[in-house]
Amino acid sequence: MSKILEIKDLSVAYGGIQAVRGISFEVNEGEIVTLIGANGAGKSSTLRSIVGLVKPAGGSVLFQGKELRGLATENIVKNGITLVPEGRRVFVNLTVFENLRMGAYMRKDNLDADLDWVYSLFPRLKERSWQSAGTLSGGEQQMLAIARALMSKPKLIMMDEPSLGLAPLVVQGVFDIISEINRQGVTILLVEQNANMALKAADRGYVMETGRITMTGTGKELSENEEIRAAYLGKSKK
Amino acid sequence: MDWLSRNLPYLMAGISVGGQYALIAIGYTMVYGILRLINFAHGDIFMCAGLIMVYAATVFPVYISIPLVIVVTVLIGFAVERVAYKPLRTAPRMSVMISAIGVSYLLQNLALYITGGLAQQYPALPWISDVITVLGVTTKRVTVITPPLVILLVIVLVFLIHKTKVGMAMRAASKDFETSQLMGIKINSVISLTFIIGSFLAAVGSFLYFSNYTGVTPTAGAMPGLKAFVAAVFGGIGSIPGAVIGAFIIGISENIIKGLGWTTFSDAFTFALLIVVLIFKPTGLFGEAATDKV
Repeated sequence: MSKILEIKDLSVAYGGIQAVRGISFEVNEGEIVTLIGANGAGKSSTLRSIVGLVKPAGGSVLFQGKELRGLATENIVKNGITLVPEGRRVFVNLTVFENLRMGAYMRKDNLDADLDWVYSLFPRLKERSWQSAGTLSGGEQQMLAIARALMSKPKLIMMDEPSLGLAPLVVQGVFDIISEINRQGVTILLVEQNANMALKAADRGYVMETGRITMTGTGKELSENEEIRAAYLGKSKK
Repeated sequence: MDWLSRNLPYLMAGISVGGQYALIAIGYTMVYGILRLINFAHGDIFMCAGLIMVYAATVFPVYISIPLVIVVTVLIGFAVERVAYKPLRTAPRMSVMISAIGVSYLLQNLALYITGGLAQQYPALPWISDVITVLGVTTKRVTVITPPLVILLVIVLVFLIHKTKVGMAMRAASKDFETSQLMGIKINSVISLTFIIGSFLAAVGSFLYFSNYTGVTPTAGAMPGLKAFVAAVFGGIGSIPGAVIGAFIIGISENIIKGLGWTTFSDAFTFALLIVVLIFKPTGLFGEAATDKV
């Protein structure tokens, strides 16, 4: 398996506060990799610095061997990397269809095949394609945010807390979709607080604590680890 | 019937002036829509368009000076954004607003320096400035061509914003810069385009507006600029149809008031209207309720 994303010694600072303290990890092609950790561990900062929404203080971000650090966001996403932002952030003043068009903003080719594809993944969006995105429910907005990201035909899709604020049944739906997208060949880097679901879906996981990666392993290994079970899965040590 | 024929000239002048305000108001409302900034320099860019025409017309024939004025005005609008607003993109909104006030005074004082403070004679534009008689009213042709021209420009603009990809990007950016960047939208290009459209419309408005006046002074942009701003607020700042309708209402009301013989109060009316709108309907006629979803 070849590395699609390789993070080396990445650090992010806000003013004097170090949010990410020199972390290194990699994502191989075709994998689902998850970063789990508590609030403020630096997970979102990591994703945001990969796409250039915050400027990393140091380290390097290699995507298919190409250095992305220092590029503007619009030039980073051009390489086939995309982020489904925390809190969905759909364009509420645009219709569902227009949101999908925006997802494909950089593409000049015909979109019909990919529209059919995302509509088949999310039939609900097809029914509502002429509705303004602001009228969708939280779960539907999350579907739209994922569908919008898929419209750019990404090689790597990063998701920041896709289950945030959604009902358990809807969360299950989101994770089913994540597995389905991955099965169809898209590599996924997933940031989650819902460690249970994330580790179940992921091939590999990294645990972040106060800006550092403290543990790594396969999804199965991590979900069976006593410390992680105690800290993130709400299960007491025997 | 008698009442109508007595007031028709004022009504016609009102519709015409309203159209001219509308062209300026669109610049205010579009910039606000995307940057949440009241571009105080916009009225002065309008004034610059008037002055450039004064000087251009002394050198070139009209068919060259008109496009030249449009191009130079657009360049000024573009440059103002790049120099005075872009470096402040992440600064608090108040800083950008103060920068806008600074640009406004800079343009006024540059104009003062160049003109020496004297009103510069605005050239009579052929055809547009011709005196004609419509329905028994003697007026300049500009009065008659302004409303259809404004409506045509507004239709083109609304089409651009709602039907084209770049218009879609403008609407997306007006809601969320960061997510727009994630889509690959070049935010700075979209913002520049907004200033280019606003300045273009201000330049077109300047031909129509100054044709009714004899001269251009360095502060000539202040009053129409303010009134267009009131129109934009009245219509709901951020909304293009709102700005246009607001501008027509203000233009017509002002001139009806003049027709009633209360010329002294016509400006006061506009600003009284602003106060009333801000008290009772701060979001204006078509403004969106300011809901910041978290």
